[in-house]
Amino acid sequence: MFAHGAMDFFYFIIFHGFAFTVVAGLLSTWVDRKVSARIQWRVGPPWYQPFADVIKLMGKESIIPEGANRVSFLIAPFLGFTAVILVSTIVWMANIFPGASFVGDLIVVIYLLYLPAIALIVAGSASRNPFGALGASREMNLMLAYEAALLFAVFTVVVKNGGIISLGGILGYQAVHGAMLLQGASCIIAFVVTLLCMPAKLGIVPFDIAEAETELIAGPYTEYSGVTLAIFKLTKAMLLFTLPIFMLTLFAKTVWTPWTILWYALILVFIILVKNVNPRFRIDQALRLFWLPVLGLSLLGIILAAVGL
Amino acid sequence: MGNNNHRLSGIKKWGFKKSPWVFHLSTGSCNNCDIEILDAVTPRFDLERFGILLVGTPRHADILLVTGVVTVQALPRLLHVYEQAAKPCMVVAIGACACSCGIFDGGYHVVGPVDKIIPVDVYIPGCPPKPEAIISGVVKALAKL
Repeated sequence: MFAHGAMDFFYFIIFHGFAFTVVAGLLSTWVDRKVSARIQWRVGPPWYQPFADVIKLMGKESIIPEGANRVSFLIAPFLGFTAVILVSTIVWMANIFPGASFVGDLIVVIYLLYLPAIALIVAGSASRNPFGALGASREMNLMLAYEAALLFAVFTVVVKNGGIISLGGILGYQAVHGAMLLQGASCIIAFVVTLLCMPAKLGIVPFDIAEAETELIAGPYTEYSGVTLAIFKLTKAMLLFTLPIFMLTLFAKTVWTPWTILWYALILVFIILVKNVNPRFRIDQALRLFWLPVLGLSLLGIILAAVGL
Repeated sequence: MGNNNHRLSGIKKWGFKKSPWVFHLSTGSCNNCDIEILDAVTPRFDLERFGILLVGTPRHADILLVTGVVTVQALPRLLHVYEQAAKPCMVVAIGACACSCGIFDGGYHVVGPVDKIIPVDVYIPGCPPKPEAIISGVVKALAKL
């Protein structure tokens, strides 16, 4: 994996996995805020706004609330952060050097993508705050709701391409046969399911149930301040960039062209539009939505893929 | 009075100036100032242009917007919220009551004004102050950094 040692470590983990993804993620956050502002007929924040937020939070006091579990409280933000760095490293490595990806890295990515949600649950439970605890419980329910559908959607791709479970292999398959999205009805259904699950995974409206600021103040983030909150903000921003890029790698990637950026922008704007025209779901509504129609659609996709459509 | 503990410099100061998150705390106001604060964060005034966001918890706050005379019941809550806020944190007293107790001065239930309890950085008079006055006050608070 790291043939040239330190140089590769710097190139992939520090540069692509961290620095590039942080900048791109924070800029995506700005696009989110700016487009939302324009939809509400406002001017919106300047482009450096998310950077200023993070820099300010870095300079503030980080409080550990009395009675909180110190270790879990401090580990939680870094757990999610590390997971996202690793995900973006693996995804970028597969995109830049398809040959360098290892068998099963698709499964590693799926597991690592659980961690930001788990970090949120740990954070909420460790902070000894009733809002944090409620947020953690809701996040747990939400995770149970969308993960099954998302997993089946991702595995539709695997069934469709004949059992390739490495990202490099999937990219190679797409280089030969064209984008996965054009392979048939099953892949289109799977892509729609991932688009529906993405706001839930990213924790934005209509599925920001865990941190619902009108009900739960800030949910699991309530007791976080300063550096720890900044790490959470960075995690969210990086996920907003990494998750769509991961989905594009699975579904729509043939070669790295400016069109890929356009695809990413389209997905981002879709998420933002959904965010701005929908109210928040109640947790039971989200559960019902994901377990009945979305999971059904996802199963339909995998069945269609199995019969070869 | 004023709190001089938060002299910032360099990039920290820039971050703080460009991203002040405000927390709204009523200590026994008549709800009038509170409505003006909410007015100030509506799309008409669009405070997000300056990075100002209304947050729900004092842990995230950089500026506390305190309204109302401090009543006997509100006193422990005010102290609690001020202690909970992550420092550096500025305090803006909004409205005649928060600045000087206004017409409630001398009342049996009044402990305030706010600067008797916690250090206040900027006073915004008015009953209630206009949203423009509140924005101007927050800008003055940032200029003191």
